[in-house]
Amino acid sequence: MSTVNFTFDGKQYSGQKGESLASALLRNGVLHFTDSSYKDRPRGVMGLWVEEPNALVNIDSGAGEPMVMSTTIEIVDGLVARSSQGVGDLPDTRDNSRYDKVNRHVDVLVVGAGTAGLEAAKKYSDQGKSVIVVDDKPAAGGHLVYLGQAVPADLLSVLDRENVTYLPRTTVQGLYDQGYSVATERRTDHLDSKVHTEMSRIRTWHIRADHTVLATGAFQRHLVFANNDRPGIMLSHSAATYVSNGANPFKSAVVVTVDNQGYRDAVRLSQAGVTVNAIVDIRNNPSGPSVEAAKAAGIEIITGKTAIDTCEKEDGTVKCVSVGNPDGSDAACIDGDLIAVSGGWTPVVHLATFVGIKPTWDAKLAAFVVKHSDSLTSTAGMLAGDFGGDDNAEIFFGPTLTTEQALVAFVDYQRDATYRDFKRAIDAGMRSIEHVKRYTAIGTAHDQGKTSGTVTMGLIGQAIGKAPDEIGSLTFRPPYITIPFAALAGRDRGLLSDPERTTPIHAWHVASGAPMEDVGQWKRPWYFPKSGENMHAAVLRECAAVREGVGVMDASTLGKIDIQGKDAGQFLDMIYTNMFSTLKVGMSRYGLMCGVDGMVFDDGVTTRISENHWLMTTTTGGAAKVLDWLEEWLQTEWPHLEVYCTSVTEQISTVAIVGPKSRELMSRLAPALDVSNEAFAFMENKHADVAGVPARIARISFSGELAYEINVPAIYGLHIWEAVMSQGADLNITPYGTETMHVLRAEKGFVIVGQETDGTQTPDDLDMSWIVSKKKDDFIGKRSFSRADTARDGRHQLVGILADDGSYVIPEGAYIVAGADANTAPPVKHIGYITSSYDSAALGRSFALALVANGLARKGEKIAIPMADRVVTGVITDSVFVDKENTRRDG
Amino acid sequence: MANMTRRRTVELPDHPDFLWVAEQKPKKSYDVIIIGAGGHGLATAYYLAKNHGITNVAVIEKGWLAGGNMGRNTTIIRSNYLWDESAGIYDHSLKLWENLEEEVGYEMFFSQRGVMTLAHSVSDVRSKQRNFYANHVNAVDSVWLTPEEVKEIAPIVNISEDIRYPVMGATFQPRGGIAKHDWVAWGYAKAAADLGVDIIQNCEVTGFDIVNGKVKGVKTTQGDIAANKVGMVAAGHTSVLANMAGFDVPLQSRPLQALVSPLLEQVLDTVIMSGAVHVYVSQAHKGELVMGAGTDSYNSYAQRGGFHVIEHQLAAACELFPIFERAHLLRTWGGIVDIAPDASPIIGLTPVENLYINSGWGTGGFKATPGSGWVMAATIANGEPDALAKPYALDRFISGHLIDEHGAAGVAH
Repeated sequence: MSTVNFTFDGKQYSGQKGESLASALLRNGVLHFTDSSYKDRPRGVMGLWVEEPNALVNIDSGAGEPMVMSTTIEIVDGLVARSSQGVGDLPDTRDNSRYDKVNRHVDVLVVGAGTAGLEAAKKYSDQGKSVIVVDDKPAAGGHLVYLGQAVPADLLSVLDRENVTYLPRTTVQGLYDQGYSVATERRTDHLDSKVHTEMSRIRTWHIRADHTVLATGAFQRHLVFANNDRPGIMLSHSAATYVSNGANPFKSAVVVTVDNQGYRDAVRLSQAGVTVNAIVDIRNNPSGPSVEAAKAAGIEIITGKTAIDTCEKEDGTVKCVSVGNPDGSDAACIDGDLIAVSGGWTPVVHLATFVGIKPTWDAKLAAFVVKHSDSLTSTAGMLAGDFGGDDNAEIFFGPTLTTEQALVAFVDYQRDATYRDFKRAIDAGMRSIEHVKRYTAIGTAHDQGKTSGTVTMGLIGQAIGKAPDEIGSLTFRPPYITIPFAALAGRDRGLLSDPERTTPIHAWHVASGAPMEDVGQWKRPWYFPKSGENMHAAVLRECAAVREGVGVMDASTLGKIDIQGKDAGQFLDMIYTNMFSTLKVGMSRYGLMCGVDGMVFDDGVTTRISENHWLMTTTTGGAAKVLDWLEEWLQTEWPHLEVYCTSVTEQISTVAIVGPKSRELMSRLAPALDVSNEAFAFMENKHADVAGVPARIARISFSGELAYEINVPAIYGLHIWEAVMSQGADLNITPYGTETMHVLRAEKGFVIVGQETDGTQTPDDLDMSWIVSKKKDDFIGKRSFSRADTARDGRHQLVGILADDGSYVIPEGAYIVAGADANTAPPVKHIGYITSSYDSAALGRSFALALVANGLARKGEKIAIPMADRVVTGVITDSVFVDKENTRRDG
Repeated sequence: MANMTRRRTVELPDHPDFLWVAEQKPKKSYDVIIIGAGGHGLATAYYLAKNHGITNVAVIEKGWLAGGNMGRNTTIIRSNYLWDESAGIYDHSLKLWENLEEEVGYEMFFSQRGVMTLAHSVSDVRSKQRNFYANHVNAVDSVWLTPEEVKEIAPIVNISEDIRYPVMGATFQPRGGIAKHDWVAWGYAKAAADLGVDIIQNCEVTGFDIVNGKVKGVKTTQGDIAANKVGMVAAGHTSVLANMAGFDVPLQSRPLQALVSPLLEQVLDTVIMSGAVHVYVSQAHKGELVMGAGTDSYNSYAQRGGFHVIEHQLAAACELFPIFERAHLLRTWGGIVDIAPDASPIIGLTPVENLYINSGWGTGGFKATPGSGWVMAATIANGEPDALAKPYALDRFISGHLIDEHGAAGVAH
């Protein structure tokens, strides 16, 4: 073993590489680790591992980590730790460590590499099954390691087998339904005190196992007596283990026990050179080999008695234990600078309870155990009640205490929760463990009741005369131990926190300096400013260019769903409010789809490519939702329809050229194509080579202008865009972004689903009654159009709004009141709200769209918009501001 | 000890010496039985006694008091809802919150530290601004914050423009905040018990006694109990009860998870919600971060959810609040939220005479506790819907008069 140097609370120490920080501090004679959270009582280390309730530290070296158990930290050179009083601090620096995740399917997951776990691993490995063995400690062997005994070679070698993966320092944090586990593997903290940016510091394992063996072992528990928290009072198994490994600050000890484990630990302490002044046993007639061994070692045994209280030395560590009858009488002190407590074993039932497997109370073992075996999960070892040995534990959790003693008898050390707190809960009417926990805060600290849980159940039972399992059941929740947020974020940090979707033309947009708008996961160019231009100026310029010349827009983000099958037409008739089955091959049609409630859900243009082949477009943000919707109907309601839907959004790039000069540009791009209105009508599709690439061109317009949408395989998207830019240079081709697209369509009164709609608009409300088929027997939403509320008067309807001050752009989302209410202070009855609002180059003024109660019948009415700092007045208008006659679309 | 961290956490005051009778057995009959000793059930019983003088009331609970969503939520309180109906009931509730501790005589840690809802895209800003303006005309307090103002109120928020979804603004309701859920439930329970209400735990309803379309009592695991009126306030299990009574309610029951960190130094003294990146967070009085996200996407009564939801949420949290990278996940849990097709509650009469319903609060129930209890008590006492409850009648799913809070409410109500 090599020696390493570390710092604790500013002081330099050395210890043995690989031992725990708690062990190293004991080795250096440190007993007082920290003070308690609320009562400032000196506290030392109690336990060996993650059951530790007291000895928390903040780590300042390496990645840095608040509030970790010193019992679980393997010391390394340069480790810097500070004691923690139960509150973590968060430094204002980034953690640059790498965190990773891995998914693994396996036949069998074995949790715990103690003897029981290794035996299970061997069994399944022998059967040829793939096995993952997970253990949270640095070495396999469980208690054997603590006892300094060799792990049988035939078991240990199982871990080297080809069909076995062994993950040390790995904690199964959660067990979920269907054999799914989440584990965290600590990979670097034990190597050095550096920040690791290449190798992941923590790797999160997502393991799906056909079968999971829980061999999670057990923790020792404490007893509730007065002043049971002084440094030097430890769990006996922990104390004996530290001391046996040479981390021995003690000279004399008293062992207080309810079982034979205390005897075995007394012997180990004695063998390590600690004078054991007495074993104090609550039982009257202890027996068994462990007892005989202690007797043979010459240790005094006091039966029928237990610890009642302790007293302290000047430095706050324990000096002696007062030992008396369980009712507190006849107490007398016995000296010991170590009081080693064996309160029985508590099997680690956590993972089992995570999936609803209930522990049962085994009175003979004085423990909650999980004896469970089904195809998914089984238990082994101490968890399954296989304690081995001769423990013969008494069901006992602590003596009768006076009121004063109860104030300093700790049930949950970390929360400073005492027997007095516990008793008050019972007296207040609390019976459920969950209520006692909430009343006292027992079990809510970082250890989540690993030691205090069973003790509390036992105490409730003791207090009201019931067995612990009559109180209710212990329920734990994942994770088993705490996990840094960053570890669970994994690589999904920074720009990877959500995938960015970009079109094949994206790089061009970025190079041209266009700010991006997030639309769902997509990055779309918002506008294309020329040097010195602000957004307002850029958008006005782009809008004017489209209305007067020609603009180009990247429409590749629109959702695209390829729909094939002989029933596709019939299917689309059910999905859309309007008719599709009669659409001629090569034609496109705009469609609106509603939910079952009759409210507009999405829209888009769908094209009949051939008899049984259609291409649907959806809104950019709605693509996944629409595909889910189609599949839901096909799979659950209409499985008889022969229809196949495939997302092809990313397979097709769409470049829209828009404006009166788009025909000229289109003819240059596709010289072989007759672009005349007669040969290529509105809503028609043509196939032609565009800039040398086979393309489908559609005459679709979302601006009211003459427009051609050029659809090519995605890899040609940038090529087409560049061809458009170069061929259109002399036409002053103007790229435009989402903002200009929004303004242009709003000038035409075209809605955007999600902007003019919020899930409460019918097609009628949007002044789009024309799109609801009167011929079709049925379609989704039809039934709801006749519901009382859908058919009532006074629904909000799409209208235009013109502010009296045409230079003022009303904020989108602003609420509208009747003109007469212009000066009424809130709360005021409103009649609707602004959905879209822009400055318009074509109109030379601002305009807005709005949803207004009975709006279609109120055109010309005065309205007002009350805002915190002003009241804006205006008038209700038609929702179409530009080209009401639809003359521009044909050029 | 040099350099030792000596940060103090707040120790909460003691609960009272007595709360309620430990193992209360039911009487043979009551004027009113409330099914479900969650916050809404207990508040209903309290207001029945307090506002309407009806004290011969039992609250019966299949498990332990406040062991359902009342003990599992993230304790956010606000009333800045979009629709007028919602603003009406939630703001009434918030007004009750503002005097509640004094009224029931119980510390609840009601803290009006403000609730901030972040916007992360152009369309997100648009819909949040609409919400802000709707609050304005409804006289519900609301402020629009620029990213810089967000940073002023909550310095730990990353308002850098080069994060995946930058903060583009936020709505802020100063009157919003948090309270401590167990303390609220216990406060109502104690106050109701003090007024004579029986609180009966471990008493599961197994059926209804219905004669000629009129409820006469309930069958339970502790025997039959007669009642003149019965109120179902059983959240996710309301649909199970309704089936026992012979009718359907349009509720989907889904897991919604929450999580806490261990105690941390105070870094956040407001509530922050972000629907777009799926995370909401506050820091409780003692110092634990309390966080939630969206519901799981499947229906379930198991009070646990999928771990990927937690992972996604923590990734979002690290992105928005870089200081959280080293914070620890201590505990996760799930509750079962009951969601109506329009994400709004169902309150009022049922097809069975004298049987009343209060459910469908989805992810928004905790904040509504006082208001929900208030209107439910009035509805039961008067035999007709309270004015604020009227829009939430069960028959709106026939008429179509939905109060759709899906779009505007985002992830968390």
